[in-house]
Amino acid sequence: MGKGSILEVENLTVKLEGETILENLKFEVREGDVLIILGPNGAGKTVLLRTLLGLLPHEGKIRWKENVKIGYVPQRLPFIKDIPLNVEEFFELKEVTKEKIQKVLLSVGIKDLNILKKKIGDLSSGQFQRMLIAFALVDEPQVLLFDEPTAGIDIGAEQTIYTFLEKLREERNLTILLVTHDLSIVYRFASNCLCLNKKMLCFGQPKRITPQTLAKLYGGKIKIYKHRHD
Amino acid sequence: MINIFSLITGILISSAAAYLGTLMLSRRMSLVAGPLGHLTLPGIALALIYGFDISLGAFPFVVLGIIIIWLFEMKTKLPMEALTAVVFASGVAIAFLFLPIEQAEEALVGDISKVGFEDMLFTLFLSLLVFAVLRKSYSKIVLINISEDLAKVQGIDVKKYNFIYLASIAVIVALGVKLVGGLLTAAIVAIPAAASRNISKNLSEYSWFAILFGVISCVLGIFASQLFNLPAGVLIILVNAAIFSISSVLKR
Repeated sequence: MGKGSILEVENLTVKLEGETILENLKFEVREGDVLIILGPNGAGKTVLLRTLLGLLPHEGKIRWKENVKIGYVPQRLPFIKDIPLNVEEFFELKEVTKEKIQKVLLSVGIKDLNILKKKIGDLSSGQFQRMLIAFALVDEPQVLLFDEPTAGIDIGAEQTIYTFLEKLREERNLTILLVTHDLSIVYRFASNCLCLNKKMLCFGQPKRITPQTLAKLYGGKIKIYKHRHD
Repeated sequence: MINIFSLITGILISSAAAYLGTLMLSRRMSLVAGPLGHLTLPGIALALIYGFDISLGAFPFVVLGIIIIWLFEMKTKLPMEALTAVVFASGVAIAFLFLPIEQAEEALVGDISKVGFEDMLFTLFLSLLVFAVLRKSYSKIVLINISEDLAKVQGIDVKKYNFIYLASIAVIVALGVKLVGGLLTAAIVAIPAAASRNISKNLSEYSWFAILFGVISCVLGIFASQLFNLPAGVLIILVNAAIFSISSVLKR
């Protein structure tokens, strides 16, 4: 495994129930990178994350840096609202101390600790998203795998969630793998970008992604608005 | 005169069933105890005919039922409810192939009144075991219920806890048939948990209220059965249903 590298993937193929979902992926993630996994619906983005987490059978090589700790923020938790569970109890499922819970909530910008006694089902979608991130971060992982942060959050909050992730990355020295189909964030946020539509259509720095690749990726015409914040 | 052994046995079974029920409800599996209960009927029938403990007769049939449902689900990918219908009807049908009709009532709605000291000890041991095991695994099973992925990422051995969970279901259903018979076992698992969910703000309230409702329904049911000379199993379920109705009105 190369120096500074935290994840190496080679010839990764995933077949589920006879159908090929991912084919022959090869990429590398270095410590402190933000890798954005981009692709249309059904491209296998979530499958890729779940495979990297060791949740799905696969062919090929997935090599994580030794003893690496991974936090996972799933796209949805549809069943959680069926259970009368407050925020504190949710964190306690991970068997962490109260002190750690309070600290991590503060670090994701939840200042009002009354939230601890609030039922999960009563949280706003923004609060819920922050809480899920805090849940992934509470045992201090080096890598964060994040599935579709925009899902369920309005655009106003979306702005903050990326700046907020960037802040977390700096504070905690995190490596982030982020799945999205939202192009606009790539140029602002990514150190690398992986375009996925079952096969890997591109991998590299965002500036190397051409409109042609994107057209191929999304199967149509696409306009790109590059945001510049220099 | 109330048989104190019956009362204690009943309380043990109904509280352990209610506690287990909180986990089953959060996995949308409350009704699974139904077909499993029905499947025990042939076992109960054998126990009644040959005169041994009905929980002992029921147990192998529950285990068989769990395996059958699990195999069918893997093989056919049919939804659980369809399999449930197939499996439970078969259980009832087989039981009535050879169960004398005059003994049917005990098999169908249970008979807690004849419980003796040894029965009680046996139940005490098993229900405390279920309590202890579930208590220790509770937070892990809840996390699995919320998301198997999150649980696996957390390093939880999902297969192991699923096994613990299913084994607890098997034990509780086998004990439950003593109290409420093969027809009604789903109710002592599902109703206290459902009522509790209506009024609980958090997880600890959720389990405690469920256990409390389990106990109340059992005690009231057994007393009422003395009073009206009706089967306790039936009355326990009716008290449960009443508690559920009240909880629905109070729902927060």
